[in-house]
Amino acid sequence: MLILALILIPVLATVGIYFGAPAKLTALIAAVANIAASIGAIVTESTFNLNVLSTPNINLSLGFIDGMSIVMLLLAVIVTLAAVISGKCPEGREKLWYSSSLLISAGAIGAFISKDLFFFFAFHELALIPTFLMIGILGRGDRKEVAWKTTVYLAFGSIILLAGLVMVGNEIGYNMENLRALAAENQNTAALLLIIGFGTLVSLFPFHSWAAPAYASAPAPVSMLHAGVLKKFGLYGLIRVGLEVAPEGMKHWLTLLLVLLVCNIIWVGLVTINQKRLDLMLGNSSVMHMGYIFLAIAAYIGGGTTFALQAAVLLMFAHGISIAMSFSLAASIEQKTGSLELNQLGGLAKNAPRLAFYFGLVGMASIGLPGLANFAGEIMVFISGFEGWNKADGLGPVQIATIIAIWGVVISAVYMLRAFRNIFHGETASRTENATDLTLEEKFPAILLGIALLWVGIYPQSILQFLN
Amino acid sequence: MNPLWLLFLLPLITSVVIHFVLKQKYASIAALVGTISTGVTLLIAIMWVSGSFSLPTPYEWIKVGGNSLEVGLIGDQLAKGMMIVVCGIGFLVHVFSLGYMKTDEAKARYFGNLSLFMFSMTGIVLASNFIMMFIFWELVGLSSYLLIGHWYRKATAAEAAKKAFLSNRIGDFGFLIGILMVAGITGTFMFSGMGNGAFSASDGVLMAAVLLVFCGAVGKSAQLPLHIWLPDAMEGPTPVSALIHAATMVAAGVYMMARFFFSIELDTVPGAQVIAWIGGITSLVAALMATQQNDIKKILAYSTLSQLGYMVMAVGLMAPEAGMFHLFTHAWFKALLFLGSGAVIYACHHEQNIWKMGGLLKKMPITAWSFIIGTAALTAVPFTSGFYSKEGILHAAEGNPPLFWLAVTVAALTTFYMFRLIFVAFLGDSKHEYAEDAKEVSPIMWAPLAILAVMAFASPFLGQLIPANDFTPDTGFHMNFITVCSIGAFVVGFILAFLLYKGKESDPLANNKIMKVFANKFYIDEFYAGIVKWLQDIVAAIVHFLDEFIINGMIVGGLTRTAQGFGNLFRKHIQSGNLQHYAFLSGVGIVLVIYFTVFH
Repeated sequence: MLILALILIPVLATVGIYFGAPAKLTALIAAVANIAASIGAIVTESTFNLNVLSTPNINLSLGFIDGMSIVMLLLAVIVTLAAVISGKCPEGREKLWYSSSLLISAGAIGAFISKDLFFFFAFHELALIPTFLMIGILGRGDRKEVAWKTTVYLAFGSIILLAGLVMVGNEIGYNMENLRALAAENQNTAALLLIIGFGTLVSLFPFHSWAAPAYASAPAPVSMLHAGVLKKFGLYGLIRVGLEVAPEGMKHWLTLLLVLLVCNIIWVGLVTINQKRLDLMLGNSSVMHMGYIFLAIAAYIGGGTTFALQAAVLLMFAHGISIAMSFSLAASIEQKTGSLELNQLGGLAKNAPRLAFYFGLVGMASIGLPGLANFAGEIMVFISGFEGWNKADGLGPVQIATIIAIWGVVISAVYMLRAFRNIFHGETASRTENATDLTLEEKFPAILLGIALLWVGIYPQSILQFLN
Repeated sequence: MNPLWLLFLLPLITSVVIHFVLKQKYASIAALVGTISTGVTLLIAIMWVSGSFSLPTPYEWIKVGGNSLEVGLIGDQLAKGMMIVVCGIGFLVHVFSLGYMKTDEAKARYFGNLSLFMFSMTGIVLASNFIMMFIFWELVGLSSYLLIGHWYRKATAAEAAKKAFLSNRIGDFGFLIGILMVAGITGTFMFSGMGNGAFSASDGVLMAAVLLVFCGAVGKSAQLPLHIWLPDAMEGPTPVSALIHAATMVAAGVYMMARFFFSIELDTVPGAQVIAWIGGITSLVAALMATQQNDIKKILAYSTLSQLGYMVMAVGLMAPEAGMFHLFTHAWFKALLFLGSGAVIYACHHEQNIWKMGGLLKKMPITAWSFIIGTAALTAVPFTSGFYSKEGILHAAEGNPPLFWLAVTVAALTTFYMFRLIFVAFLGDSKHEYAEDAKEVSPIMWAPLAILAVMAFASPFLGQLIPANDFTPDTGFHMNFITVCSIGAFVVGFILAFLLYKGKESDPLANNKIMKVFANKFYIDEFYAGIVKWLQDIVAAIVHFLDEFIINGMIVGGLTRTAQGFGNLFRKHIQSGNLQHYAFLSGVGIVLVIYFTVFH
């Protein structure tokens, strides 16, 4: 039963906010309560089952199928707490602002703890609605255009994904605990539908161009929750469903997947270098980093072991934390200086040394500095890329993709250090002259997420133990 | 807990305490804490050499099934000796910094980052496996970045820090692939598992793996073509240049190659010739550049490049012990020269141009004489440490005449540019009022110089402190062909410097066209700047354009417009606000799910 509370707490909090409860406080309490409830549910291995339909057999069935669900849940509740404290809510919009964050969180959590394909899909769809609303109503810049584009894009992905899931459901049922390989003749089709469906939701090249503008436009909590948590739904699904139901089909499309993920890293990486605004740069970098997680999945398909999948999950967690922290701090930079244009800033480290420290920390995490979580994930991914290598055979496609992908490590250092240099180093610019440092409240998300990055970076077993 | 873990934990905890507890408010305490902590690690390292500790159980960092990545220690003489270099010079640099950085407005940050460096460097030296070495390899990159950028408000320092990090990253790209290939070939990341024939595959594969691993050294030890970051790194405080960018971190590339070559236990390593030549060419090109620099630190920086080239060449000639021996002697006398230049710069009100110095021998005799001793060692005057180690490298090159004569030429050039420095900066008359006012530095600064000056003679005789396995240095004086070449090179270089620079007020070679090429560092920086501009800006702009207008514009745009058409149709009929508009497509998804699952 406890596990049902994970969804009910944010939903009830939303209802409370709707009926006039103090929005921020309620959201904060819900986020903290959800962390406690998660720990309780994990420790007690709580489950919940309610039959909704008998033919086809659909159940509201919640629980942890394996450690991957636990890790994703932890990611979701940590980022949710950071998200409800991040950003600056425009006056009078508290209801929409905080209830959206809670609903996105509820949807993401629901998807990760569902044991039924129907609800797995439906929870994710539900979480998208407040995402679109927040971009469309409270977004910055060209918000309507961006909201619309994002909606179209994700709906396109969802529908393709839906077709794939229905194929799966019809053949082997909706229970995610009993997934098995589809009949051989269906595998190629199903695998392609799932790769493109899930892939679009994770901004797999060439279905990626919605992501950066969406994150740049969306209010900070939404970017944090979507890029950090909700987007991982596609990768989670690909591992959880795709690899189980269509192992041969995935092998069939391996080369395609490798080409696309290399484009994610190199092509989008170059696009990222070319960004002049911090928020667009971070958005693109998030797209780029998805390539590494796809690489782990591809390495598994191409002859890797569970090491590759654990690498993928660890990196999903690490990236979720780090991108959420980046967006949170970017919002702070904008609040303090009124700009995110890289060439308008400079010397901010003098007036805001703490902001510089935390941004430096997360910047170093995202370019894979050891000691921080992302490195542990990335090095595991690269190792898994060479797992299937036989020294007598020369390099196979997975190894070649891995080698090209490692160049991404240089690319991300280029844009991140350039951004850090332009914002924090050098002489103070007019916009940074009167900037102040982070307040205690603004610091909180950075401290929370920063500790998570360090903790997992130094002691990755804290996450990996769930996966063994 | 095994006391050897303190080698890691002390500097790490010190760094954390300085950064987060003491801060600038208690900067003087921070400086002392950092210095004492380094002193303690030096003591532990010395006790370790005398054999009183056993190795600790490794920490399992990542463990998945049968795969395990661990943080463990290696305890051969190569590691122990290198530890002495790192802690010994680290301690002296800390002491020197107490004086040099006394009034710096971010003194606490400086000492905190110095401790972070000590921690990271310890990890490279003691790493029992390639992944651990890579971890700390990246961390020294971070501390180097932070320390070069110490005065980050200066644009040149900020740029130099970034350049150092990125150049190293390019090397690490190859290094990481190399590590993965080595692990693929030998089946392990552990150095202890790579010998005994484990490192075997086709020659092409082995050569690729060796050269890719070597890429890491090219970055860290600033070999051609990634040497460009090291001279710029002189933007950092001078004690940092002594510790990180002369004695220890930049030598990590040589150390890593020595560790690797020692581990794979092969008599001939495929690709070693390439390594030798890259080292040789670097040493020559850097020595030529050094002849026309006017900044005292830049001269020493190019000299460091050149000497690192020597060491790399020795490794490539399958004599990594000779390379490590030179690394060892060089570490002490180059730290001496850098700290000496720091004392000079400090005394001359941060003037770094040698043509505005002059006559410093009389003004600051302790600094000047120790600098001259360091110069003697660097230029391989007989009975100094550099003489013995350079001899070892020339021996290694004996079988390869082109490289041998290249090495002899470099030796002559080294003497030439170092005595140019001595004649201009320390002898003659003061050329500027700052040099006129210069006074000897305080004992806290000259004491480390004095100790290092002793080491410039004593280091070859320290036996088991020398970081090389199964190696006894030849510390005898034999008059043979090699010695004649070595001394001959010194004489030629010295006479040229004497004739050209004794008592001169300006550089007589400054207008020579060839010398201009040297002074401008063969225009390599400009060449790279062009390439980087081209690659980054133009290619990235093209990709960005394609992304924006082809993928986004045509594919997505088309999709969006189609959907928008439906949306408008929908909106006209329902007359709704934003909410339905945005929720529409998502809602369609849910409706479809229900339709398919229930009615299919």
